[in-house]
Formats: sequence, C-alpha cells, structure tokens
Amino acid sequence: MLGPGVAWYVAVAAVLFGIGALGVLIRRNTLVVLLSLELMLNAGNLALIAFSRHFHNGAGQIFALAVMAIAASEVCVGLGLVVALNRRRLSLDVDRLSELRG
Amino acid sequence: MSTLVVASSAGNVLVWIVWIVAGFSCLAAGVAVISFSNPFYSALALIGNLASLAVMYLLLSAEFVAAAQVLVYAGAVVVMFLFVIAYVGPRHETPWSGGPSWQTVAAVAAAGALLVEIVVAIGLEAGGSLSHSGKVGAAFGSPAWIGRVFLVDHLLAFEITSIVLLVAAVGGVILGTHTRRLQGEEVVN
Repeated sequence: MLGPGVAWYVAVAAVLFGIGALGVLIRRNTLVVLLSLELMLNAGNLALIAFSRHFHNGAGQIFALAVMAIAASEVCVGLGLVVALNRRRLSLDVDRLSELRG
Repeated sequence: MSTLVVASSAGNVLVWIVWIVAGFSCLAAGVAVISFSNPFYSALALIGNLASLAVMYLLLSAEFVAAAQVLVYAGAVVVMFLFVIAYVGPRHETPWSGGPSWQTVAAVAAAGALLVEIVVAIGLEAGGSLSHSGKVGAAFGSPAWIGRVFLVDHLLAFEITSIVLLVAAVGGVILGTHTRRLQGEEVVN
C-alpha cells in the first residue's frame, strides 16, 4: 500500500468525529447541528472504508453506502422538521425546542 | 530493477503529499463547518470536507464510494441544505463570543473525552496490526465489484435500505402537509 498506513486514516476519522461531536454540543442552530451530524457520519464512513481496505473485505464499503442512505433519510426528515418549525414561526434554537409537542 | 524502486518511492511520496493535503483540508473544513456564524457558509464548508474525504476514499481504492459520495452528498444533500437555509433566512449565531460559558467548557471536555476514548479503544484493539496492509487487486472497489458484492452477498441490506429511504420520503411528505393543514384550520377559525 503506497502512502500512509490505515492507522493514519483512522486517526483522521477519529479527529473528524470529535469535531462533529463538538459541533453538535456547542452549536444551538438546528441546521448547524444537522451539518455536524453529517460530519460525524462521514468520520464513521472514513473509518469503515479504511478498515475495509485493511482487511480486503467488501462489507465495509457496503456498510458505508448504507450509512450514506441513512444520512440522506436523516437529512430528509430533519430538514422537513426545520421547515415545519419555520412555518409555525417557532425558534430554531435547539435549547428552546426541548418540548417537541403540539 | 533500480528504476522500479525509484518509481515506487516517487509514487509513495506523491501519495503522501496528496494524503496530507486531503487530510488537512478535511479537518480544516470540519472546523470551519462548526465555527462559521452563518449556516450558509457552514454548508459550503461541508462541500470542501466531502470533496477531500472523496480524495481519501480514492487513495483507499474505494472508487465507487468516492463517486457516490460526491454525487449523493455534494450533489443532493448539501444542495437541499442550501435550499432550506435560503428558505429559513439568515440566522446568525456567534458560537465563540461572550466568553466561555459552563456549557461550552463542558461540551469541549465531552468532545475531548470522546476523542480520547476512540483513540484508546482503537489503539488497544488494533494499534499494531494496522500498519501492514497488503496490496489489493485492481477490481477492489470498482463499480462492477461493488455491484456483485451488493446484489449477491448483501441483498437483504440493499432491500432494507430502499425501504428506509421510502419511509423517510413518506415522513418528509407527512411533515410538509401536516403544517399546511394546521395553518388552514387556523385561517378557518
């Protein structure tokens, strides 16, 4: 394998996951929280593909494609919620959305 | 023989340079996503992150996943984000202003603890064995190979993924029509 070993890719994936988790925790805007969730899913994808390459096993890449489909579904429902909240003139601050009722 | 060795080491250096550029831009774009105050710029920074991740997938000989990443994420997901951000309107938020609140400090501590936990878990489990990855054949990661693995070995996962996507689409439609009906009732009353 040319270039860096798989451990370097996994290290980048771990740091990217940490950045995404930090974004979910410190940001209060619903849209940016969803973007940070995408970062975390992508970090998981990178680790899956790195391990797939390491073990010469196709299941990792299949899992990464399934994660992409899940991310697309999550964005579909999450952005639908954001649009529904915006139509009812509700705040998009996640601290004020602690009760998602009615 | 010596020319082969020279060519191989030159290729090695080239792959290292590409990897360093891709990894640095991936992490820098990730930091930009969570630190821009305007969500529009955050979504644009996510495109940079996704593109550099696609380069890393190519280095890991996952060509089909790299192409799907660019098509699905940068082509569909980020465009949908940009549409919704434009629809909702600008909502500025300054994540790092006003001094560190206890919430910010706790969030940074929790994210740091999560990172340390991941690194320790992977390092203890697979630290030594990850440095020696052998060569793979040219077919590894190609669309034909992915299609065979997907539709022969993992057919059930493929079908369940389609059901999940269908449920998400139905959920999006229900979320959209529900509020419209509520608004209509309010107008009638």
